[in-house]
Amino acid sequence: MTIARTARAFLCAASFAAAGAFASSALANEVNLYTTREPGLIKPLLDAFTEKTGVKVNTVFVKDGLAERVAAEGANSPADLLMVVDFGNLIDLVDKKVTQPVKSAALEAAIPANLRDAEGNWFAMSLRARVLYASKERTKLTAFTYEELADPKWKGKVCIRSGQHPYNTALIATVIAKDGEAKAEEWLKGVKANLARKATGGDREVARDILGGICDIGVGNSYYVGLMRSGAGGPDQEKWGAAINVVLPTFAKGGTHVNVSGAAVAKNAPHKTEALKLLEFLVSDEGQALYAKANYEYPVKKGVKTDPIIDSLGDLTVDPAVLTDIAKYRKAASQLADKVGFDN
Amino acid sequence: MMTISTVPAPRYGLSFLRSRFSDGGGWLAAATVIAGLVLAPIVALALIATQGSGDLWPHLAAYVLPTALHDTAILLLGVGLIVIVIGTGTAWLVTAYDFPGRAVLDWALLLPLAVPTYIIAFAYLDLLHPLGPVQGLLRAVLGIAHPRDLWFPDIRSLWGCVLLLGLVLYPYVYLSARAMFLMQSACIIEVSRTLGQSRWGAFYRVALPLARPAIAVGTSLALMEALNDIGASEFLGARTLTVSIYATWINRSSLPGAAQIALVMLAIVVSLVVIERWARRRQRYAVAAQRSRRTLPQRLGGAAGFAALAVGALPVLFGFVLPVVHLAAAAAARIGFAGLSPAIAQETMNTVSMAGVATAVTIGLGLSIAYTTRLMRSPLAGTLARVASLGYAVPGTVLAVGLLTPLAAIDNAVDGVARHVFSISTGLLLSGSGAALVYAYATRFLAIANGGIEAGFSKIPHSLDYAGRTLGQTAGGVMRRIHLPLIRPALVAATLLVFVDCMKELPATLLLRPLNFETLATHLYAEAARGTYEDGAVAALLIVLFGLVPVILLARMSRQPQLESSRPSSPGASSRTGSFRP
Repeated sequence: MTIARTARAFLCAASFAAAGAFASSALANEVNLYTTREPGLIKPLLDAFTEKTGVKVNTVFVKDGLAERVAAEGANSPADLLMVVDFGNLIDLVDKKVTQPVKSAALEAAIPANLRDAEGNWFAMSLRARVLYASKERTKLTAFTYEELADPKWKGKVCIRSGQHPYNTALIATVIAKDGEAKAEEWLKGVKANLARKATGGDREVARDILGGICDIGVGNSYYVGLMRSGAGGPDQEKWGAAINVVLPTFAKGGTHVNVSGAAVAKNAPHKTEALKLLEFLVSDEGQALYAKANYEYPVKKGVKTDPIIDSLGDLTVDPAVLTDIAKYRKAASQLADKVGFDN
Repeated sequence: MMTISTVPAPRYGLSFLRSRFSDGGGWLAAATVIAGLVLAPIVALALIATQGSGDLWPHLAAYVLPTALHDTAILLLGVGLIVIVIGTGTAWLVTAYDFPGRAVLDWALLLPLAVPTYIIAFAYLDLLHPLGPVQGLLRAVLGIAHPRDLWFPDIRSLWGCVLLLGLVLYPYVYLSARAMFLMQSACIIEVSRTLGQSRWGAFYRVALPLARPAIAVGTSLALMEALNDIGASEFLGARTLTVSIYATWINRSSLPGAAQIALVMLAIVVSLVVIERWARRRQRYAVAAQRSRRTLPQRLGGAAGFAALAVGALPVLFGFVLPVVHLAAAAAARIGFAGLSPAIAQETMNTVSMAGVATAVTIGLGLSIAYTTRLMRSPLAGTLARVASLGYAVPGTVLAVGLLTPLAAIDNAVDGVARHVFSISTGLLLSGSGAALVYAYATRFLAIANGGIEAGFSKIPHSLDYAGRTLGQTAGGVMRRIHLPLIRPALVAATLLVFVDCMKELPATLLLRPLNFETLATHLYAEAARGTYEDGAVAALLIVLFGLVPVILLARMSRQPQLESSRPSSPGASSRTGSFRP
């Protein structure tokens, strides 16, 4: 029967092709990167690194379970460098004992002390601000506080992603760190009451829904504004980006909430030298400029320019809350989101 | 009744061993190993669960579980209702009636199977968004200038999730119900008609109850998919148990807590399956006289014929045509804007080859398990088969995390021995290679393979086995020479279903794949994760297109369910029922 013959021929071809996946690479001049950052975001950086140093970068993009995978692989793990977003996730890597401390003068010179682990277990590579997207058509905001998100005058007009997403968990954790859990609960209840739709989707959908008239204001990360307005995401997204004003909100007592993307050298890294080389490249002027230009993030290194689109959002005053303090309240923040039924 | 004994073998040397094994010992050993492999990640999860103190439960009970149980219950009831109504209804429509377009509808009704849940969710958000074509058209027709002035329900809701999952999961029921309706003898229906039943009565009181096991099998596959779905559920904002497991693991950094919820969920699933089996424990569904004529479809002409076509085409339109046309348009726009990524060819190759290898392995394992059950007919073999199917009832990522432990344990043990004996390091043989993915897919989809093959076996009378054995065949020989040709339709159907599922699989692929190895699903996910799922339209379309090939093959086969009885080499299969007992 033809089906059976086709299937047999197909299986044969398939097993040859699959054999490729089973061959492990053992080149010396390479570095293995485990990342929760999407390949499209970091590829320009890695390509530039390979071109400059000749070191090949092998990557695997993992969403959940990166630390669990490295831990299970144990002493034989091929992972050299672990790259994640959100400082809570960075601290998690240390807690799960999959990192090793490294010392590097270049890293210490480039990254401010509050944006790296004192022991050298992790380093922030870039910053992003949690900002307000507001409808150009229906609002005229020039300043905004995170506290105002709970103001009843915005009832039915706020869009935001899941309260369980790390970006929002960090924001809620900051409120807990500043005002205590009881006040934070009041605030979060207020925000929940103002939601125009389910707390779900991504940050870009906030801009899309503002253009679509579902909401007037919403919360999203700063770099999405660059990605949308630059046209990198296509003509539709350019329209979404054009429909919003961006305000850098502040806490009533403090500055704008920021989060980080960062990296750590894996505990059993077989290519530790190359991993360190990659880290140092990422915080070099060239690497930081790429973070700013290709990803529209804020560089961690002083003196490196942000992209003009991000510049146009205004001057960023980073909230002085201590990052590790906020990470401490991450679990409480997640539970608070459950408690007020934020995503329900 | 007759007593069966194996042909006496010379009792010495290797042939003695072989005869022992052909009695089923070898098969049982193999089944035990397979069940053990499936159980390994679940045991690992149980161990992880015990590391938690359980201090999470007061919080879960107070704030998480009420919503999670509510949403999960609604999801399962809603999806269950939709898949049963659409799946059984359309299966009956194309079996009992003849109308213009029926031949196309017959296979087209399977097409939504090729659309992964996360892809239909993305597509429908685009289609139904205020900025999308549907509302745009509505506004134009109604003369409304501004999106705000048109009220339209948001698909990002529990009901949206129920609807979309139902639309792509009903083919599981359609497939099994259709095969069952085709097998039902015309006599039964006609007898009921001569006894005064209307066509509807014949369906409702005779055909439907007789098809219940088939409908139950299809529905439980669909419900298992719905229960474990994370892509569409999370994206549409349904707060199911699976979504809560993720939040517990990722945001509260409590893998033990997540494992605890996952195990409780597994327990619920297992008890539901047991209850369903128990509820029809007294019922026998053997269909005698398979050789008889098939039900002759009633011809519907004129308006009635077109009405039947229109109703039958609705699920295909909403579950396949609309989302795929949208994807194709988005993909075309994307290729025009950004060109075709050169990596996509490699990703397609990776996807298809990995799914191919995993399918071959899964079907091989499923065949061994199902045959062992047939050979032994003991409670032990039955239990092994049920255990081997457990992987389907655990959410993909949770199962993948559970797999990390046994995979690493095997790898590090092999490496330890190699270092000790040969002074070389083998590194991570399994978890560093595609083998981990094959293991994961096999664990997840063995239930589909085993279930489909078991159903095929059940139609072959045991008398054939005895005849074969009496004529000197070993158990393996009987399988090779008698069963395999007879169950081929069931086998190929199971193969195609497993293949489609492997191609669509996302969560385990994401966690367990080797370095530099992308599949279409992981590519699409990477784009979706940074909010650029339009960039993933090409990958999404390719997943659907490559999923279509097996689905169309499957559809071709489902039109010839009598294949086995029409083959001249197998007269026995058509003359006896499967319920023969010695």
